[in-house]
Amino acid sequence: MASMRDIKRRKSSIQSTQQITKAMKLVSTVKLQRAKQRAEHSKAYFNAMHQTVSSMLAKAGGINHPYVTGNDSSRKAVVMITGNRGLAGGYNSNIIKLITKGEFVGEDLDSYAIGTKGRDAVARNGYNVKAVYSELAEEPSYAEAMGISRDLLSAYKNGEVGEIYLAYTSFKNTVSHEPNLIKLLPAEVSERAAAKADEAETVSGSVQAAAVKTEAESTGSGAKALMNFEPADEEALELIVPQYVTSLIFGGLLESVASENGARMQAMDSATSNAEEMIDSLSLLYNRARQGAITQELTEIIAGAEAIS
Amino acid sequence: MDNFRLQIITPERIFFDEDAYMAEFNTTEGEIGVYAHHIPLTCIVKPGILTIRMDGEAKEAALHSGFAEILPDKVTILAEVIEWPEEIDVKRAEAAMERAKERIAHPDANTDIDRARVALMRAMARITVIK
Repeated sequence: MASMRDIKRRKSSIQSTQQITKAMKLVSTVKLQRAKQRAEHSKAYFNAMHQTVSSMLAKAGGINHPYVTGNDSSRKAVVMITGNRGLAGGYNSNIIKLITKGEFVGEDLDSYAIGTKGRDAVARNGYNVKAVYSELAEEPSYAEAMGISRDLLSAYKNGEVGEIYLAYTSFKNTVSHEPNLIKLLPAEVSERAAAKADEAETVSGSVQAAAVKTEAESTGSGAKALMNFEPADEEALELIVPQYVTSLIFGGLLESVASENGARMQAMDSATSNAEEMIDSLSLLYNRARQGAITQELTEIIAGAEAIS
Repeated sequence: MDNFRLQIITPERIFFDEDAYMAEFNTTEGEIGVYAHHIPLTCIVKPGILTIRMDGEAKEAALHSGFAEILPDKVTILAEVIEWPEEIDVKRAEAAMERAKERIAHPDANTDIDRARVALMRAMARITVIK
């Protein structure tokens, strides 16, 4: 049996770990509230953005623009949004798995990593890391999302990449987050609808809302068939698609940040309760050992007294 | 005069959501003034001043980029960047204007003229809206 001192030392070490996990949980709870609110505030923008772009694409059926038809490059680009720090359960590894276990081939992929965890992991797996935006994983701003989409679109226009994907964690609610991979470019009307329904769902936060929304959208696009574009379709597409890509990246960022804090909160919550359990069982052991020591001492004294008399 | 709903949405917040009878702003095709019952139109915003005319008052804001969706009873402006006059930092805007003018006047090999022009337009919009 371990000595009393050993048990005590173990217990106090677990206690201090528990204090850390508890503090981390509180911090991520606060951050989650803020991130959730931000995601909420930007909802209106994405919904409106979507509607416009989908009605545009519905109308612009036969349009011949690289954003819709694609280019010849076989390379793919993926924007992967992970955190800068670990201890968030499966948050980082789920996104990484999406890339490494997916259909991407190492040498054909340029990854644009947001967050150092993702960068390290893809670099380790032999993927090409084209750019890193690590400072963004904490407090995303729209201006920075614009910078990323500018980089991406110039690579797309120069024919360096033929397809652009976005890997992010969609935030369903505080306890459920899902890694998600969507295709940003080239815009395919059918696939886009799926990606969009996805986005709508994640942004509005519930599946039912999404169903209602896609329905509303389909009726809406019929009514909007008379929409005029100024400048004409192709030019408008040229100008609106970058904004659309930026908004998707920004939305992905906001949701990922919310998910990261949600995941960390959960992970730290279970770590705290596990520590509690360990402390309980160690206290029991400690008390037993103490009792044992006292009993032994008593027996020794009594035995000694009897021997003298 | 009939009113229409004017909604200005940015990625971070809902900037404006009230009834107005006229909205004026700059688009890639030129300046545009919108009253109620306009034909459906989607246009791209160019940096400039947005003037919102409501019953009894007019509001101005510096609108930099985004696009607008105009429907007979509703106008939605999706603005990437938009500011009320009181949110603008005059000194910064003036410095940006000088910088942009300098770049356009003396371009070197790695000057992006288009970007400098847009920057100049933004700075000018900011400064004009304050005055």
